[in-house]
Amino acid sequence: MFELLGTTLPSRLLLGTAQYPSPAILADAVKASGTSVVTVSLRREMAGGRAGEKFWSLIRSLGVRILPNTAGCHSVKEAVTTAKMARDVFGTSWIKLEVIGSHDTLQPDVFGLVEGARILCEDGFSVFPYTTDDLVVAERLLEAGCRVLMPWCAPIGSALGPVNMTALRSMRGHFPDVPLIVDAGLGRPSHAATVMELGFDAVLLNTAVARAADPVGMARAFGKAVDAGREAFSSGLLEPREVAVPSTPIFGRAVFS
Amino acid sequence: MKLLVNGKAHEVAATTLAELLAALDYEGDWLATAVNSDLVHKASRAEFRLSDGDRIEILSPMQGG
Repeated sequence: MFELLGTTLPSRLLLGTAQYPSPAILADAVKASGTSVVTVSLRREMAGGRAGEKFWSLIRSLGVRILPNTAGCHSVKEAVTTAKMARDVFGTSWIKLEVIGSHDTLQPDVFGLVEGARILCEDGFSVFPYTTDDLVVAERLLEAGCRVLMPWCAPIGSALGPVNMTALRSMRGHFPDVPLIVDAGLGRPSHAATVMELGFDAVLLNTAVARAADPVGMARAFGKAVDAGREAFSSGLLEPREVAVPSTPIFGRAVFS
Repeated sequence: MKLLVNGKAHEVAATTLAELLAALDYEGDWLATAVNSDLVHKASRAEFRLSDGDRIEILSPMQGG
């Protein structure tokens, strides 16, 4: 169980809904992962089409909580309007705030992010900011009213895993009481376990599951890895040592020579 | 009246946002609407009067990460 902004969630894994081979595989992957929060987007509805209706009805049938995103927004105005439109459609004040600063790296525009977060928090949103691992930006986001932070561990879709463990460790240390969700860049279940072992509260991922050869199996594997990492963190991990230390007692050792 | 709907030019007889949605076969409560970059709530569409040259965005839930 995971307490997030006053809501109890059964899983510490949040899953994206993009890039799956089919809606049925998406639905099965969500179920196999054990997640109770999925991210969704808003896009132009074309020609009165029913694509949005079908997708929305599938998502609703899964019985999970929705975390709408402002993916692809490159300005504060765009992101704020998209967030408001998402609240109108999805009936939730939760919003994953993305203000993208670079087309190539999909790196957050952290200045726009802070400004957008302030506007939306004042308007009653629970803002989940997709941010870098920078501590000063994190401070500004908290000052702007965010009660949760979502630092990347590598560029979106890169599958690189945690590329700066020092920064992630330092972020966890600086904000012991803020829910921290690693968002973006996870490629393998072991990456998820690693950041959970650092004490992060949850992970959000999409591509690593959706583009796997077997998305359902991979979703299940990520669910287990997140649980394993969390349980390891809660159980107190052994600090690494430079020297060998025998695990079997020396006392009572037989002598045969 | 000439409008720009999801980036495409339309010549319509509709005078309100709700009429426009009906005329273009955009119906349902899963749609979000904005006029000139500002949200128009679902509940306000019937009263929202359109003006020549307005830019309308009609969005719906899609896959996202």
